[in-house]
Amino acid sequence: MSALLLALLLVPLVGAAVCGALATREDLDRAGRIVGLAFAAVSLVLVVVVWSQFATGPGTPRFQFALSVDWIPAFGTRFALGLDGIALTMIALLAVLVPVVLAFAFTEKLPPGRTGAGFTALILATQGVLVGVFAATDVFLFYVLFEAMLIPMYFVIGRFGGPRRQYAAVKFFLYSFLGGLIMLASVIGLFVASDTRLGEGTFDWTALQGMAAQLPLSTQIWLFLGFFAAFAIKAPLVPFHTWLPDAGAEAPIAGGIILLGLLDKVGTFGFLRYTLPLFPAASQELAPLVLTLAVIGVLYGSLLAAAQTDLKRFVAYTSIAHFGFIALGIFAFSSQSMVGSSLYMVNHGISTAMLFLVVGLLIRRGGTSAMTEYGGVGRVAPLLAGMFLIAGLSTISLPGTNSFISEFLVLLGAFPREPVFSVIATVGIVFAALYMLWVIQRTMTGPLRGAAVVGDGPGAASAATFGGSGGDTGSDADESWMRRTTARFGDLTRGEVAVLTPLVALVLVLGFFPGPVLEVLDPTVSATLSEVGVADPVTPNGVPR
Amino acid sequence: MTGPLAPAFPTVDYGALAPVLIVLGAACLAVLLEALLPMRVRGRVQLSLTLVAVVAALLAVIVRATSGAPAVSTLAGAIAVDGPALFLWGTLLALAVPSVLLLADRSVEPGGAFLADPVALGEAEAEQRAREKAGVGARSGSSGSSGRAGGSSGGRLTGRGGQPVEGHTEIYALVLFALGGMLVFCASDDLLTMFVALEVLSLPLYLLCGLARRRRLMSQESAVKYFLLGAFSSAFFLYGLALLYGYADSVKLTDISLAAAGSLRPDSLLFGGLALLVVGLMFKASVGPFHTWTPDVYQGAPTSVTAFMAACTKVAAFGAILRVFTVAFGSTVWEWRGVLWVVAIVSMVIGAVLGLTQTDVKRMIAYSSVAHAGFLLLGAMAITPAGLSATLFYLLAYGFTTVALFGLVSLVRGPDGEATHLSAWAGLGKRSPVVAAAVTFLMLALAGIPLTSGFTAKFAVFSAALADGMTPLVIVALVVSAVAAFFYLRLIVLMYFSEPAADGPTVSVPGPFTTVAITLGVVVTLLLGVVPTAVLGWADGLSFLG
Repeated sequence: MSALLLALLLVPLVGAAVCGALATREDLDRAGRIVGLAFAAVSLVLVVVVWSQFATGPGTPRFQFALSVDWIPAFGTRFALGLDGIALTMIALLAVLVPVVLAFAFTEKLPPGRTGAGFTALILATQGVLVGVFAATDVFLFYVLFEAMLIPMYFVIGRFGGPRRQYAAVKFFLYSFLGGLIMLASVIGLFVASDTRLGEGTFDWTALQGMAAQLPLSTQIWLFLGFFAAFAIKAPLVPFHTWLPDAGAEAPIAGGIILLGLLDKVGTFGFLRYTLPLFPAASQELAPLVLTLAVIGVLYGSLLAAAQTDLKRFVAYTSIAHFGFIALGIFAFSSQSMVGSSLYMVNHGISTAMLFLVVGLLIRRGGTSAMTEYGGVGRVAPLLAGMFLIAGLSTISLPGTNSFISEFLVLLGAFPREPVFSVIATVGIVFAALYMLWVIQRTMTGPLRGAAVVGDGPGAASAATFGGSGGDTGSDADESWMRRTTARFGDLTRGEVAVLTPLVALVLVLGFFPGPVLEVLDPTVSATLSEVGVADPVTPNGVPR
Repeated sequence: MTGPLAPAFPTVDYGALAPVLIVLGAACLAVLLEALLPMRVRGRVQLSLTLVAVVAALLAVIVRATSGAPAVSTLAGAIAVDGPALFLWGTLLALAVPSVLLLADRSVEPGGAFLADPVALGEAEAEQRAREKAGVGARSGSSGSSGRAGGSSGGRLTGRGGQPVEGHTEIYALVLFALGGMLVFCASDDLLTMFVALEVLSLPLYLLCGLARRRRLMSQESAVKYFLLGAFSSAFFLYGLALLYGYADSVKLTDISLAAAGSLRPDSLLFGGLALLVVGLMFKASVGPFHTWTPDVYQGAPTSVTAFMAACTKVAAFGAILRVFTVAFGSTVWEWRGVLWVVAIVSMVIGAVLGLTQTDVKRMIAYSSVAHAGFLLLGAMAITPAGLSATLFYLLAYGFTTVALFGLVSLVRGPDGEATHLSAWAGLGKRSPVVAAAVTFLMLALAGIPLTSGFTAKFAVFSAALADGMTPLVIVALVVSAVAAFFYLRLIVLMYFSEPAADGPTVSVPGPFTTVAITLGVVVTLLLGVVPTAVLGWADGLSFLG
């Protein structure tokens, strides 16, 4: 059993090593990409096997597939892995997104001197380390991997990103590293506290959970703040968010998906796994602060998203708004809202990945991420525009798409305990519709316009008059120009549709049948809630007490 | 014991002192060989002798440490061979192996990094260019006259047939003496022996700094600067020693501790003496604000000497600091620690902030060493078993990382010697992926990223400090770590994310010596990060005698 989990951790890492070796030879580049995709596929198969063996009935242990070997006895740390429902869903999301991302990057043009195999290696390394982050049940191991995951992502942004990639990569690294170091202070504090209280220093999650909950409130608050700083930067909550738009905008599309869709989930995952169970009293004491930040994030992220003119930054800001919802659900301490948040983490990963991919496909054609350069794309590339619409509607949680269930659960669960915050956050839904539909209207619908679509060739002049007149295509000249633009801009190819299909399927399937995922998440959320020691404000049949 | 007038010859535990005796004996032999052997074979013989001596001494340490022999104080209580001393000796000798290999390298710089003739001022033009590049115009006023003298007597770099002349061979004797001094320094149980050891270790280092084949003026300037400031700090140490003798009526560390524990003598002598003593020790350990020599000397000295100095001097100095704090002043720790809080903070902040502004790799590493000295001080100030073992581990980890890093720095070369300006490192990742990857790894280790020895060491030191009630200092240290990470990252950014300059430097293919030294450093850095158990286990549970 536990060997499966270890394989899940090692397969991507071995794949990264193999691809890294292949990346040194230019002529083996293609082979490297294919090998990387094969490793990602193996991971996906492993996840399916693990999922099918994951027990959800009553009385299951807190961590399944557990594995624990001595690592550094002097620090009382062990190499301990285990899966709970939330970790499993995150690892599953990872295993789904990585092959999609690698398949997308297969045909992506890279900056000069960079190899696709090298890129594949970095993505697989991130995947491996992330599996470890989600599966670690030893706080020291978690910290080690939490910091280690920065390194491959730093190189993904710095080597394969946009024009300001150096700045973005360093900013990303330093923000996260600083957060990590503050967390390190708390990790050491926990260790020292366990040394005095339990007689020997330990990092075992279960032992620490029992010990830390007994600490006096003031100590808990300090230790909480250390962990919170790291996770709030990673998630990111609003005052700590400024690195995300830069990193998101400069990262290559495939890297951005991993960054926004998965790496940032470590923050909200950390809230659920570490801050809440380890410091229950502090979590309750400081919940109003976190909720305030969360709601500010929802509104601020939505408003700023509406004001963006760069498509990638736009996606990054929508994510900030969504992270606000997730944090709201977590710190509302009800089973519905927490299940909603856990599910939201999965759904946000899927819809953001899809939105980012579509944006990437748009940029692949238009060569720029500036919104103002696009207009009426739906006329020349109806499939692309349709995909954008699906991704957009999933992002704004339209009923029938995956995100609706999770957002609804968050608000429903949060309302009985935190009516004010819930009501304010609901306003965010309206804003979401505003920013998303506005972007779709500006870029996808209406007459053809924008330099990226119609180009600045001979047809550009007529395009200007054409767009300006706003009339229908009438004359023969216009029709031939239309054909040329269509040929130049082009709709989705079969390969591109194939990359997007699994995501569309997930959006719809999870929109109608979230049951299997909720079933996996439920026991873990109940366990977390009982560790916090708060009575669930909602009765099992959903009626407020 | 005979009468009071007859000299009492102290008992000597030769077995315990074997490592010191081997190193110092080899040093004396090396001086003789220097005089007697013909020029041709001298280099090879001296190198073999040095390596054999260092390895033999290391084996002696290992035999002693594993035999479970009790800690002894020998030579009439002048030297204590206890657990920490053996660990420090092992560390010093283990670090000496890669350092000597770097010193002996002839593959990167034809003829070696040292000049054959100490009077010669080789390659005046290269020097001129280097000076202009380094932008030391302000300093050229003092060195300009010697620069002109160098121009007239220069050009002695090449011997017959255009082959570069074999450099100094007395460097081996000098290194052995310095190493012997370091071994005694961190094991001496009385302040007078410690002072003599301080001089024995310092004087050869002053000389070594001035022997660079390239950039003669910078090298000589660094030697003079190091010597003058070093002499000054020795004076501080001596003055402190005198005050403490006045206080305790003895120079023995244990006597000072006893006197401090139960006496009504004026504290001003005790703490005045401690303050002056600490200044001398902090200078050697390049703890800020006593660090001002560090960047200049690190930059000017031949890189292999810098490697030896950066790694081994730090170990020896912190070994002595640990011993003095624990044995002599452990009983009064609460009265003086407040001052050292300030010193530690100043050192960490100076190292990290000034490191940000550096444009020269060697100077950057120098400032990073100042910041690391601050971290080390955190562990040394916690007079607890955990603090001791954490500091010892940190020294070992830091030493290997630094030696390997300087070894790599010596490989990146321009037309006039090493290209240490940051801009020269742009795009190194493309041109020479292996070197760039190794540098990146070591930089991450210095930054304290997990899975490197730097993280394990920092974790150990910070947890010891936190357990001893130094929470604010630990928080400062963590913030400083984040600041310092910026300049480590900057080098990585340059190497990987920038395009190489058209006339950029070349990366030499290292010979076997340098390769071995660098590989050793990188492997130890990795192993201590992933499986540090064995070394941590050794460091754990050691205690000073007395």
